[in-house]
Amino acid sequence: MTAPALYSIVLVLLTALAAGLVGTFALMKRMSLAGDVISHIALPGLGIALLLHFNPLIGAAATLLIGTILIWRLQQGRTLTTDVAIGVIFTAALAIGTLVTPSEDLIEALFGGFQNLTLLWFLLGVIGVLGVITFIATFRHQLILALFSPELAAATGVNVARLDLYYLLVFSLTVLLGLRFLGALLVGALIIIPAATGRQLTHTLTAFLIASSAASVLSVAIGFLINYYYSHLTLGSVTLNLSLGPAIISVATVLFLLSLLRRKI
Amino acid sequence: MNLLEVKDLSVRIEDKIIVENLSFELGPSDRLSILGPNGAGKTMLLKALLRLVSYSGKIVWDPSARIGYVPQKVDTDRHVPLTYRDLFNSKCRVAKLATAQIDEISQSVGLTREMLATPVGHLSGGYFQRGLIGFALIGNPNVLLLDEPTASIDEPGEENIYELIHRLQDQYQLAVITVSHDLSFVYRYATRVLCLNKRSVCFGTPREALTPEVLAELYGPSLSYYHHDHEHTVAR
Repeated sequence: MTAPALYSIVLVLLTALAAGLVGTFALMKRMSLAGDVISHIALPGLGIALLLHFNPLIGAAATLLIGTILIWRLQQGRTLTTDVAIGVIFTAALAIGTLVTPSEDLIEALFGGFQNLTLLWFLLGVIGVLGVITFIATFRHQLILALFSPELAAATGVNVARLDLYYLLVFSLTVLLGLRFLGALLVGALIIIPAATGRQLTHTLTAFLIASSAASVLSVAIGFLINYYYSHLTLGSVTLNLSLGPAIISVATVLFLLSLLRRKI
Repeated sequence: MNLLEVKDLSVRIEDKIIVENLSFELGPSDRLSILGPNGAGKTMLLKALLRLVSYSGKIVWDPSARIGYVPQKVDTDRHVPLTYRDLFNSKCRVAKLATAQIDEISQSVGLTREMLATPVGHLSGGYFQRGLIGFALIGNPNVLLLDEPTASIDEPGEENIYELIHRLQDQYQLAVITVSHDLSFVYRYATRVLCLNKRSVCFGTPREALTPEVLAELYGPSLSYYHHDHEHTVAR
C-alpha cells in the first residue's frame, strides 16, 4: 500500500472516532436533523470551488462556516421556527449546490470516494481530529449541563450561547473532515447513525461515548474493506456500485438495525 | 447588612412588562415565599435575581451570597443516559469544586447510590426533584432559590419535599426564596411573603401581609380561606 493511501485510511478512521464522539452529543441535543443539514451546506462551497478550480475543501469550509453561524443565529433567535429555517436552508443548499457543481464531479461531491492524501492534508486532517477530540474532552461537562438544562447550566456559569456555537463549529469541522470520503449527502449520517447505534446498546454516558465511536470506526473499517474488495459487485444481472461513502453508511445502518436486537450494556 | 436588596426592578420580554417597579429587602436568615397567580412574573423574578434575564433597576446581593437554584421544570428526555452522578460531577468540574461533597449531598436529599446511577429520565417525580435540590446544593450555597418545588410531584410526595427543604435550611444555614402556591407552606415556613401580580401587592410577614383583601386581589374573590391555629389552607 502506498503512503498516500495509508494516510487516507488512517485519517478516515480517526475521523470516524471524532464523528462518534460528536454524534453522541448531537443525539442527546436532539439535533439529528440539524446535523444532516449542516453537512448539506458544504455542497454549494464544493461546487463553487470545483467550478472556479480551487481546492474544494476550502470552498466547503467557507460555506460550512457561514451556514453554521446562520443556524446558530436562528437557534438563538425566537422569531422564526428553527425547524422551518433548517428545512429551507437544507433544500436551498442542495439545490444551489447541485446547480453549481460541474456534472462530472457531482456524484463524488454528493457521495464521496476514496482519495489518496498528501502528507500536508493528512497532517491538517490529524490536527482537525485532535481539535475535535480536545473540544469534547475539555467541554464535555459544560455540554452535559447545557443539554440537561440550559437554564441550570447558565446559573452554573456556562455561557450556553457561546457553547452552542463552539459545538456547531466542531460539528462542521467533523463534517469537513469526512467530506471527501463520504460526500455532502452522507457525511452527516456518519455522525448520527453510529451514535444512534451506541444509544441502543448502552445506558451510561461513558459507555454511550465508547459504543458510538466504536460503531463509527467499525462502519468505516468494514465499509472500506467492502469498497476495496468489491467496488463493483455483480449479483446475477445486477452490478452494485459499492463506492466508499454508500458502503460505509450501509454498514453503519446494518449495525444500527442489529443494535435494535441487542440488550443494553 | 441585607442579604439582598431589590430596588425599582422591572423585567420586560419583547416589550411586554413582566415585572414592574418591584422593591424589597431580605435579611441573611430570611425565608421568603413569593405568591401570585399564573403569569404574575414569579419565575421571571427568580431569573432576574439569578441574572439570567436582562432587567432594569437594582439587584444587590451581599458579596458573600452563594446561590443555588432549583428551576420549576426541566424537560428530560427518557432516552438521554445522564444520571445525577454525571450531573453532580459535571457541575463540580465546571464550577471547579471538589467532587468529594457529592456523596454527602446525595445523602442529605435522600438519593441512594442506586438512584444516583439511574438515568434521570427514569426517576420518579419526587426523586427527580430531590436530585434538582441536590444539584443546587453543590457549591455550598447560603441562599436557595426554588421555583414551585412541588409542581411536578403528585400530592402525597409534596409534604416530603417541603419538609426536606425545611431540614436543609437548618442543616446548611440557608436563606430560602421559594415560589409557592401553597399557603400552608407559606404560613409554616416563611418569615417573609411577597405577593406579586407584576407589581408588589404585599410584602411582610405572612400574618401581616396576607389579608383577605390581598388574597382576593391575587387569586380572585372566589377564593375561600381557612385559618386555624395549626393549619392553614386555601381552597377554591
